[in-house]
Amino acid sequence: MTDTELEVADSEQHDAQIVIHAAAHDDLPSIIQIDSCASGEPKPDFWRECYERQDTDSGSTFIVAKSGDAVAGYAIGSIKTWEFGAPTCGWVETIIVAPEFRGRGVGTRLFDSVVDYFKASGISTVRTMLHIDDYALMSFFRIQGMSAGPFIELEMRSD
Amino acid sequence: MKLQQATRYSILAVLHMASSPNEQIPASELAEIYGVSQHHLAKVLRTLSRAGIVESTRGAGGGCSFIGDARKITLYDIIRLFEDDWLTSPNEEAQAPTAVSAELVRVLGEVDRITAATLQSVTLQTIIKNAERSARRRQKENPNGDS
Repeated sequence: MTDTELEVADSEQHDAQIVIHAAAHDDLPSIIQIDSCASGEPKPDFWRECYERQDTDSGSTFIVAKSGDAVAGYAIGSIKTWEFGAPTCGWVETIIVAPEFRGRGVGTRLFDSVVDYFKASGISTVRTMLHIDDYALMSFFRIQGMSAGPFIELEMRSD
Repeated sequence: MKLQQATRYSILAVLHMASSPNEQIPASELAEIYGVSQHHLAKVLRTLSRAGIVESTRGAGGGCSFIGDARKITLYDIIRLFEDDWLTSPNEEAQAPTAVSAELVRVLGEVDRITAATLQSVTLQTIIKNAERSARRRQKENPNGDS
């Protein structure tokens, strides 16, 4: 899942006051709030499960960008093997920046941190999935160097 | 995807200028690099100028320069200046005379949707930055430039 409100170019200016580290339990209320504002739908259970998954899943990272005590944004990356028949690769599952911190390079720093985590795990392919009409977020991923991969998503109604 | 020649020249010219945003580039230089007549290029530049993407200065030392925002202008923004009627209209499905023709229009619309998403998410800055990234990667992989 990815944020639909991420800044288009996410600015190349990096805010030195922003610190990136592993998400802590105390960050959860802000994480839930930022997502709720962006998506319009509160999902507290989902984010708690994502956080708790860290204890059992050694192939994922949940990081936050903090400015003092405030959560400026967060990201989740997961290493998956043979999902959809693909060899091991890293998935950027979530990347969200709070509206008041957009345009300060927070998204880029979160993205780079997730990619660094994949690199440190020996992963050289990074993937993500997003809504086809979310041009702003697609533009963000493209400026990071991502482009269309070899997979395409299909769906149908089951009724 | 096949674009009209004018559209391809316009994209190349804009990218060339956006790569050197503070420079005045003579139209003759652009014409020579991309193998297009100056007359043809002048028409392209007039359209881009009217759209507020480039600016032309006459006289000695004159030329064209990029005045847009490379972080925001997408390939779609440029293409739509030169091409019209290149995406399937949503009304075509409703107006299709049979279920089979409606399904064909829907499939063509699927292609258009992917095309539109790609073109609307690729900014000039993305192309310039990724080209630089590719060049650095090639240089790193082959520092002596051997083929």
